[in-house]
Amino acid sequence: MLEADNLECVRGDRSLFRDLSFRVDGGQCLLVSGLNGSGKTSLLRILCGLLAPMHGTVRWRGQPIRALGDAYRSELSYLGHLSAVKEELSAAENVEVASALAGRSVPAQAARSALAEAGLRRREDLPVRVLSQGQKRRVALARLLLGGSTLWLLDEPVTALDADAVKWLAGEIDRHVARGGVAVLTSHQDLPLATAPLQTLRLRA
Amino acid sequence: MSEASLWNGFSAAVRRDLLLAMRRKSDVLTTLFFFVIVTSLFPLGIGPETDMLRRIAPGVLWVSALLATMLSLNRLFAADYVDGTLEQMALSAVPLGVLVAGKVAAHWLLAGLPLTLLAPVLGLQFDMAPRSLAVMVASLAIGTPVLSLIGAIGAALTLGVRGGGVLVSLLVLPLYVPALIFGAGAVEADVSGLGSGAHLSLLAAMLAVAGFFAPWATTAALRIALE
Repeated sequence: MLEADNLECVRGDRSLFRDLSFRVDGGQCLLVSGLNGSGKTSLLRILCGLLAPMHGTVRWRGQPIRALGDAYRSELSYLGHLSAVKEELSAAENVEVASALAGRSVPAQAARSALAEAGLRRREDLPVRVLSQGQKRRVALARLLLGGSTLWLLDEPVTALDADAVKWLAGEIDRHVARGGVAVLTSHQDLPLATAPLQTLRLRA
Repeated sequence: MSEASLWNGFSAAVRRDLLLAMRRKSDVLTTLFFFVIVTSLFPLGIGPETDMLRRIAPGVLWVSALLATMLSLNRLFAADYVDGTLEQMALSAVPLGVLVAGKVAAHWLLAGLPLTLLAPVLGLQFDMAPRSLAVMVASLAIGTPVLSLIGAIGAALTLGVRGGGVLVSLLVLPLYVPALIFGAGAVEADVSGLGSGAHLSLLAAMLAVAGFFAPWATTAALRIALE
């Protein structure tokens, strides 16, 4: 489903990686590992189309993502280093507003149950300002669950999460992949994934 | 993407920015107070010569509206850029241009529209005639959306640049000149008996051009900032 073909990424005057090719099919998970500065985040940003690769193409269902445009973006959820939660809004408002902006409006009840699943029960109406870093991350993850997209691109999803939340997230990724979805993630911590076809891609600095 | 979902994306962007502004009222109020205070300084500084005040009124009101709009430009994209929301918008199934148009519309509702509504009250300080006040409001109603649209391009271009606040004024103020000339000129033309029709039509033409091109240019600038 997701194919990278001879990708090269140049940041500044340094080439982070070149001739990088891989393929992830439905029901598979790709774990990208590597040292700090080896280009994990750049790779994920290339895969979601935020960053243009120097060379090479990314294909989704056989078509270059540049050509697919909005059709590709409607199947994709990206969670970056920045959680994209608004401090002024409550957790529930954050999830509802973000889903509406992503073009996938959800009913208020669905937003609340996703937050409860993410371990924020009874904190739905608190302004995000008063939540901890880990709880903010959980708000962002609740948004991911609601997206219903086929492709998950998760950049360091477990940052600031506690052990229980890591286990819960690993379970969600397993379920997503079992449904036929695709997940690409970077992580320095070990995620207790049960998914059998786990590919690992190691980037060298 | 269907027309209905484009419209939903647009209105979601407008409603979100209005909701955020309601939670942080100080941002909106500073712009308005700036406008009120700057326009009030002129009659105080120049003295009660009504002829003189009446003559400078359109220019003063327009320049103040222009500066007040510019002050509020920084908050258009900066917060969304810092917390990652802009990234998510760029990855939305709704085209970024539509969301940007929604944000610009919200900016106008929070800056341009209140300025337009305040202008007739402030115009009284300059002893403006009721007819001139009406023309003034009309010119601001057509002109302030142009200011928001052009300003959005400047705000997007200076995103993430250190000292972007000063840079945005250097970029945007020269582009505001045509709107200023025809906006303030409309009132003078009406007073001199020429009629304000031509000036207002030209302003409306600027609005049409800016409304078409500005969201597109802003989107391109935002995509570069996100790379």
